[in-house]
Amino acid sequence: MKEFAYVRAGSVEEATSAYASHAGARYLGGGTNLVDLMKLGVETPAALIDVTRLPLDAVEELPDGGLRIGAMVRNSDLAAHPLVRDRYPALSQAVLAGASGQLRNAATTGGNLLQRTRCPYFQDLSKPCNKREPGSGCGARDGVHRDHAVLGHSAHCIATHPSDMAVALAALDGRVELYGPEGARRVAAADFHRLPGDRPEQDTEIRPGELVTGVVLPAASAGLPSAYRKARDRASYAFALASVAVVLRVADGVVGHAGLAFGALAHRPWRARRAEEALLGAAPTRAAFEHAVDLELSAARPLRDNAYKVPLARNLAVDVLSRLTDTALTRRAS
Amino acid sequence: MDTRSVRQYGPPGKVPDDMGNDQHHSETTLRVNGKPHTLTVDHRRVLLDLLREDLGLTGAKKGCDHGQCGACTVLVDGRRLNSCLLFAVALDGCDVTTVEGLAGDGEEPHPLQRAFLERDAFQCGYCTPGQICSAVGVLAEAAAGHPSHVTDPGAPSGQPVPLDRDEIRERLSGNLCRCGAYPRIAEAVEDVIP
Amino acid sequence: MTGSVGAPAERREGREKVSGTARYAAEYHVPGRAQAWPVPAAVARGRVTGVDTAAALTVPGVLAVLTHENAPRLREPDDATLAVLQDPRVPHRGWFVALVVAETLEAARAGAAAVRVAYDAEGHDVALTASHPGLYVPEEANAGAPGLREQGDPDGAFDSAAARVDVVYRVPPLHNHPMEPHASTARWEDGRLTVHTSSQGTNAVRAALAGLFGLPEERIVVTAEHVGGGFGSKGTPRPDVVLAAMAARQTGRPVTVSLPRRYLPAVVGHRAPTLHRLRLGADEDGHLSSLTHEVGTHTSRIKEFVEHAAVPARVMYAAPHRRTVHRVAALDVPSPSWMRAPGEAPGMYALESAMDELATELDMDPIELRVRNEPDVEPDSGLPFSSRHLVECLREGARRFGWAGRDPRPGTRREGPLLRGTGVAAATYPVMVGPSTAAARALPDGTYLVRVNATDIGTGARTVLAQVGADALGVPLERVRIEIGSSELPSAPLAGGSSGTASWGWAVHEACARLARRLAEHTGPLPEQGVEARADTTGTADAESERARHAFGAHFAEVAVDTVSGEVRVGRLLGVYAAGRVLNARTGRSQFVGGMTMGLGMALTEGSTMDAAFGDFTESDLASYHVPVHADVGEIEAHWLDEDDPWLNPMGSKGIGEIGIVGTAAAIGNAVHHATGVRFRELPLTPDRVLTGMLGARA
Repeated sequence: MKEFAYVRAGSVEEATSAYASHAGARYLGGGTNLVDLMKLGVETPAALIDVTRLPLDAVEELPDGGLRIGAMVRNSDLAAHPLVRDRYPALSQAVLAGASGQLRNAATTGGNLLQRTRCPYFQDLSKPCNKREPGSGCGARDGVHRDHAVLGHSAHCIATHPSDMAVALAALDGRVELYGPEGARRVAAADFHRLPGDRPEQDTEIRPGELVTGVVLPAASAGLPSAYRKARDRASYAFALASVAVVLRVADGVVGHAGLAFGALAHRPWRARRAEEALLGAAPTRAAFEHAVDLELSAARPLRDNAYKVPLARNLAVDVLSRLTDTALTRRAS
Repeated sequence: MDTRSVRQYGPPGKVPDDMGNDQHHSETTLRVNGKPHTLTVDHRRVLLDLLREDLGLTGAKKGCDHGQCGACTVLVDGRRLNSCLLFAVALDGCDVTTVEGLAGDGEEPHPLQRAFLERDAFQCGYCTPGQICSAVGVLAEAAAGHPSHVTDPGAPSGQPVPLDRDEIRERLSGNLCRCGAYPRIAEAVEDVIP
Repeated sequence: MTGSVGAPAERREGREKVSGTARYAAEYHVPGRAQAWPVPAAVARGRVTGVDTAAALTVPGVLAVLTHENAPRLREPDDATLAVLQDPRVPHRGWFVALVVAETLEAARAGAAAVRVAYDAEGHDVALTASHPGLYVPEEANAGAPGLREQGDPDGAFDSAAARVDVVYRVPPLHNHPMEPHASTARWEDGRLTVHTSSQGTNAVRAALAGLFGLPEERIVVTAEHVGGGFGSKGTPRPDVVLAAMAARQTGRPVTVSLPRRYLPAVVGHRAPTLHRLRLGADEDGHLSSLTHEVGTHTSRIKEFVEHAAVPARVMYAAPHRRTVHRVAALDVPSPSWMRAPGEAPGMYALESAMDELATELDMDPIELRVRNEPDVEPDSGLPFSSRHLVECLREGARRFGWAGRDPRPGTRREGPLLRGTGVAAATYPVMVGPSTAAARALPDGTYLVRVNATDIGTGARTVLAQVGADALGVPLERVRIEIGSSELPSAPLAGGSSGTASWGWAVHEACARLARRLAEHTGPLPEQGVEARADTTGTADAESERARHAFGAHFAEVAVDTVSGEVRVGRLLGVYAAGRVLNARTGRSQFVGGMTMGLGMALTEGSTMDAAFGDFTESDLASYHVPVHADVGEIEAHWLDEDDPWLNPMGSKGIGEIGIVGTAAAIGNAVHHATGVRFRELPLTPDRVLTGMLGARA
């Protein structure tokens, strides 16, 4: 790790101007991934702009009934917040399915979105990786890639995005708030992360110097029927092999709204638009779920050693869709 | 007076100010186990290394140095955290409790320490301080109504979460134990649940 | 006897461990201590053609960079993995090619990142296959086991058997990953070397350092007061201790080398992958006529280590025709070594899985099948057993587990998305014991001091040795103090091969018994320095036994397999052991349970992948190498039978550190078959494999 300058920012404006005045700066949130990557030499910032003390640590209801989650809200506080648990259960469940209690106590909402892939080739400076060092090649494609992407990968990169939380945000139609040299803007959570294409070094749509200031969720004062499910190699404290976040509203015997996103299948949380379209207006039957999910996953291009992800993701999605339907039916009956 | 608190080797080739500060070093004050320490730290220094190398508090262990094992768990402002991932400079003004400080000033060990002894909830002992600090955090989090991955999604939010065996196991899963003392650790935590 | 032995005495060092004051090797704050960070090779095979240290040396705080060009010359070691920084050869990826010594950890790490190494890379071969042309039958596998044993006509007997099983299994490379990374602190003073190291035995470390540095052993002190686990990987000296001593000599400063976790998989050993082929032939009643166990494995280019996985088939079952053979290929891979129950753990996974398959083939209860094949003498050697209570373990386990009435049909217990099943497997582990010395002293204040260079890697050695001493002296436990963990103490063998307590305890028992006799003859007050007796069990402990001596056990597992995700959860594990006398019920139970937990990891979560393209293990950290976590471990019970075996040692113990892992993976695998109806023959049973297997079976 190279030596670096340290600046503690007291306001968002102070943070962005400090960033602008320090070449090679990075924002420091909870540090659970950045410090890790600095120790590995993958990240070599010349300066850290500490944003952990910015007044962005609140979860607040908006006048329109939506929810605003400050970028500095720690993952554990986000998952425990009554408004999040009651109205957006998939988000709380997704956060709790990730990492460990200690890491969730440190990790921030903004940092969770900006964490980098855990691809072993990305983390190892002695190996080629187009994401870490554009043009150096991809070690994983012919190497060990059981955990890698089956959707949307490119010749340059087959990495997956590791976040659980971001998958739920994508399914929930969350929006990411950014503030930067050109002012404030919002980007749909489902579009915030990119596919690798020929620029795998660019994980997200964030622009230089921009800071994630928060996440906004759409109004759901009655609570959004939603859930998150993840499969992993051990019962806890492991990244997903595949995961799914589902929002499902059934009205008058048909699907009125469906939000479906997969995790660990692609370079970004994979919003399953084709499946959602197929579900809309359909009767909520297992056959309809299977049909819709298969439609989505027909785009999958598994690699040598990760074909299992397709049936795994299919099973998880159909299971969660079915369970949400059962819950909805039970709730209406009671 | 704590004579160890300012033991450091100044990096050659830099011109520090009177306090030893330059663009890569800053004065930082932490309360550790109730005692204030003011040090000029290399910005790269993480809390774990500050505790172990600067303060001689080696109770927090370095098992992986990357937040993947939990052996370095300490309490910062009452929350359990992996001290290997926290730059000390960013903790200026924080209150840190390590395994050495759990018992307070008295001779008597903390009830969790006692329970670990009685249950033989460790073997090599290397993960033990982290397990104990983590368990302290778990008890506080459950009391504060923090759910876990295994909490029934239908459980009322904002209410304390009862800690059954599955809850304890899930919540302590950030603390690896290669000796396999897990069942005993869960029993020890159960012993101290009020 | 005062009855200390067997009692659940509390760990003597427990308070230090729970309060954080127990000191491990990297925690010695010697004044002026420097820190060091190694640089691993980035090619799998080749030569270092140049090391550019200029940039590293300008990093503030860096004191020195050691390379093969400037490091102190070492004498040639017996163990080639210790010849670090001696020549430009790179035998495998991750081999250390430089070491940066600096004032602080941060500077050492930054310095290491700044070292530029140029290589002349050669093509490498790291892929083990069953038909690898480099496979050969070694004269000896690990632990001195013959590479090949054959009796009768196993092929003919197999061909003519009524029931046959011919199956292959694969156990991947596995890593010990003790929680404390390998670390050493070394300092030189007046030509004397003092080392604090994380090792399972400091006499061996001292001997290795004496050889490497050409010093008499009297000028070297090696201590290992507390050791954060080892599981075999600290059973031999590792590069950290050599590097620390070299760096301390080069810089004139005390130096700590604490190996980064990511570097461990390449330099501190691993359980080599094993490819098994089992052929079992039996008559209609299940009596084995033929047993062939063939094992293929790898070793490195610099050290022949052969995982002796076919050896338990020489011990377990009566079969007149048998072949057990190991084949090894030397590849451009890191050197494998001991990991908890080397040989037995992978070997019994394969053998006990195959026995389960045979039971299914015969439509016979798997416990009954094992009972029918219980031998009268050790099958391979023909020696009578000193004691063998495998059948009793199986029966007692079946009773406690509730095996009776089990529906043997696989794939039929469905609860929603879950399929439930139960499985059983046997376990065995040899009794090993080595010569040791010990001293016992009676002091005028009425206390006793026992000294022996035992090492406590978490087993509770201090506690159990004090118990042994107290009983031999006939005094209460609290009157006996114990000193272990330093080469200044009477020499003793390592904590390994489940032999530590037997070896050290034998010498402690002898010394204390001798002291008791001396005290009985003594009249009047004791002199100020007390009265001492010493013991050396050379020639006794290591004498050839007329009996085949092994511990046995039975493992039972209950699993739930999620048909949606392929995730397997072990709800219950139960082990019953016949391991002689258990000397401390509390710490003994912890060892059994610990072994079973590691066996659960072997079954479900653990595995390292040799990256054919790059020549290293992909899972290099604890995020990707999945040691089981709390949530993976359900109810675990360990029980034992009282065994009175006069052929062991004065305490009557067999060793308990390893047998807990031995049958666990097979019991879980057999339970997964019982649950799903699908036979999985490659570990670990991760969701990708299990789901794919279940879907394949359905198709």
